Amino acid sequence: MSRIQDAFTNGKAFIPFVTGGDPDLETTERLLYEMAAKGADLIEIGIPFSDPIAEGPVIQEADKRALDAGCTTDQLFDLVERVRKEIKIPLVFMTYLNPIYSYGSERFLSNCKKVGIDGVIVPDLPFEEKDELKDLCKQYGIELISLIAPTSKERIKTIAKEAEGFIYCVSSMGVTGVRSEITSDVGGMVALVREVTDLPVAIGFGIATPKQAEDMAKISDGVIVGSAIVKMIAAEGRDSVEAVGEYVADMKAAANRP
Amino acid sequence: MSEKAGRFGEYGGQYVPETLMTAVHEVEEAYEHYKNDPEFIRELDDLMRNYAGRPSMLYYAKRMTEDLGGAKIYLKREDLNHTGSHKINNVLGQVLLAKRMGKTRVIAETGAGQHGVATATAAALMDMECEIFMGKEDTERQALNVFRMELLGAKVHPVTSGTMTLKDAVNETMREWSKRVDDTLYVLGSVMGPHPFPMIVRDFQSVIGKEIKAQLMEREGKLPDAVIACVGGGSNAMGAFYEFIPEKEVELIGCEAAGLGVDNPKNAATIANGTKGIFHGMKSLFCQNEFGQIAPVYSISAGLDYPGIGPEHAMLHETGRAKYVPITDEEAVQAFEYLSRLEGIIPAIESSHAIAYAMKYAKTLPKDKIVVVNISGRGDKDVAAIARYRGVKIYE
Repeated sequence: MSRIQDAFTNGKAFIPFVTGGDPDLETTERLLYEMAAKGADLIEIGIPFSDPIAEGPVIQEADKRALDAGCTTDQLFDLVERVRKEIKIPLVFMTYLNPIYSYGSERFLSNCKKVGIDGVIVPDLPFEEKDELKDLCKQYGIELISLIAPTSKERIKTIAKEAEGFIYCVSSMGVTGVRSEITSDVGGMVALVREVTDLPVAIGFGIATPKQAEDMAKISDGVIVGSAIVKMIAAEGRDSVEAVGEYVADMKAAANRP
Repeated sequence: MSEKAGRFGEYGGQYVPETLMTAVHEVEEAYEHYKNDPEFIRELDDLMRNYAGRPSMLYYAKRMTEDLGGAKIYLKREDLNHTGSHKINNVLGQVLLAKRMGKTRVIAETGAGQHGVATATAAALMDMECEIFMGKEDTERQALNVFRMELLGAKVHPVTSGTMTLKDAVNETMREWSKRVDDTLYVLGSVMGPHPFPMIVRDFQSVIGKEIKAQLMEREGKLPDAVIACVGGGSNAMGAFYEFIPEKEVELIGCEAAGLGVDNPKNAATIANGTKGIFHGMKSLFCQNEFGQIAPVYSISAGLDYPGIGPEHAMLHETGRAKYVPITDEEAVQAFEYLSRLEGIIPAIESSHAIAYAMKYAKTLPKDKIVVVNISGRGDKDVAAIARYRGVKIYE
């Protein structure tokens, strides 16, 4: 079992996301330690991109803050290498294809392996184009996380059959961001995945409240939260670390309510 | 083309979020069906003739030819189409396709506003809901076009993310499409984005080159020696070039926006300065930094102010079948003024980039050669901006 799958063996998983370098690298580092200490089972670190087409305004602005502060891909590799000495849970990079491709896909993935990244989530790399990274990921032991969406329908089984690590179930249409209500038939999507694979399924997009975490965890193996955390970082900046830690603890508990 | 869908050599592809994959496949299937459907072809042909005003004229620019003293210059008058640019060719096709697909709403990005106006026009004609995304900076540069779109019944959203220009308008339209795919088609305005758009837009625009060929055959009994067009995403150029790609003796020249100069950071010359990347659904060439962050680009022309280029152009550049040259703001403005004074034709500032190169190139050729310049749009929209460029404080 990979380290990523292992993250789903401690009850329902809670997976927080932060944009690397927002508002600065030092704060990101403190956030990573804090979230790991407060019960995060896996952490997604966003490599900021100038044009994040799958993100809503909250994460778009975080990417902009990070880039304006001078954050680069190389600095995030260095950051992961440092925190890896203490953080034992899986860490995955979430970024767009261009920052990977332009860096040199092989150089990028070999650096991931070197610093201890377990997987990559690339929202603009759909199933049909995954040859772009698949073989290199295999070569360097980096798991390429597949996403399924409410529009995927008959594609779900095809995608799930070849998936690795976990399946990222996109709960809602549109871009990332907090939603008051999740109206898609997420349970139906998860059921289709279960027909073809034993891989864990985590639900993301739109989840912010403990009640939503509880509801979504009941029908899956874990929940992913990005915008709600990034909003706290946007509001409190360098002083957000403690509050984010408490939030992670609350959400982990909510996801595991019987 | 390779075995993978929508490839032009290694360029192209379908790099969009999973949420949009079903939608792009749906467009692909619908297009493959309707492009061979006699009723669809008949209706589009009727719209092209009786609504858009096709065929557009091929005009022999006698005074310009004599003044430059070299090759004979013909102007393909896409500026005379309904809505004033080549954009109408593509939108009539795509909005008709949307209608056939059962969609009730179209959305589109726009730079200068030409594609937005064309989309709003076709949407009004075919009774579709229409929303246009336009960089806030462009809504200010092209305020009149914003009102024009609203007059046609469209809702215009100023885009305030990123650099607030064309690339950000594309980002925002993609985001909007991923929210609502069931009743909505994204009517992409150029030969870019994920497959099948580069192919669809090229096919609908290829009428330009087909007409040039037939018209010139009738007038001169031969093919042109060179076809010159401006390139942002590259739709008018692709439309003008496509018919001539197999005719190896016809030189194909794309003119990209060099802004303040290719060595100045303020430019949008993707072929001159870009590197391979994957963005906006396609593998192509992009202006970007070493970490793959897309560069803020600049051109006096809002329609060429884009950090990438259509994937088929990237291939034509790589194989050498077409050549691409940078034209600065100053050269384009001079060409804008030159054509206005010499031929009484006010060209779009975008098209003026092609005229600028024709002015340099025609005079190096003997008099028995023929150069065709695609006047992709009319320049009324640019008059106030050119006046300001020349220090005259006119506001729309």
